[in-house]
Amino acid sequence: MTAIGEPAPTFSLPDTEGVNHVPGDAPATVVVFTCNHCPYALAWHDRVLALAHDYSDRGVRVLAINPNDATRYPRDSIEAMRARVQRGEFDGVPYLRDESQEVARAYDAQTTPDVFVLDAAGLLRYRGAPDSDYEDPSQRAVFLRDALDAILDGRDPELAQTPPIGCSIKWRE
Amino acid sequence: MNVELLFWEGCPSHPRALADLRAAMADLGLDPSTVALREIETHEQAQSERFVGSPTIRIDGKDILPPGEDPFGLACRVYHRRDGRVSPTPDPDDLRDALQAAIAT
Repeated sequence: MTAIGEPAPTFSLPDTEGVNHVPGDAPATVVVFTCNHCPYALAWHDRVLALAHDYSDRGVRVLAINPNDATRYPRDSIEAMRARVQRGEFDGVPYLRDESQEVARAYDAQTTPDVFVLDAAGLLRYRGAPDSDYEDPSQRAVFLRDALDAILDGRDPELAQTPPIGCSIKWRE
Repeated sequence: MNVELLFWEGCPSHPRALADLRAAMADLGLDPSTVALREIETHEQAQSERFVGSPTIRIDGKDILPPGEDPFGLACRVYHRRDGRVSPTPDPDDLRDALQAAIAT
């Protein structure tokens, strides 16, 4: 498992159109493990999209990754992912497929959502939940915003780690 | 009246749903300790129990919120609050309405 301050695993994963994305080449990258059917991921989804929009002019990248086993959970298939993107549910945020689950394992992702914030050097600077309450939209993914503000200002995030909360990742058997 | 909560341990929402269910039952003068808890542990059991996700609450064998076309399986269930927010647990008002309807019949 990557500790805070250590290099996060790099990866190259395809989005729903088959275009590969790699983290980095940005002042910060937010990697969000998520999926199509988890109520926690869905509850936090709009807040993550709003964050992506709000920080885009500062060059921050947001990459959403679905690592779930689509054999036992067909709602997490690439087709279902593509349908969500085509309905406009990702608003420009790349939605990547981790078919082998290698990236989720490399990150030791536990839940959907489970969020990892990387700095410009690819070091892990925050890991955990977007904010303290999936039920409260006014929280605005404040854990992630505070982490990004610190990173962009050249500071260490005050809150570097929180327990990820959500549905367990659906590992292949 | 038989009230049961079916859950899968891999989803963290059932303690909250159980607390909401017991509170609704107490508010309506029902004994909250009578909720039957049933754990769904395998995909095969999910199929045989017609379990679409955790938590599922049934009154006299009937789901308080019919799940429609959701597939059976071991997953967290998606609910919607009355204000439209996605939630891992039912809206407490939906719990109350379902219990009241069962009391009335």
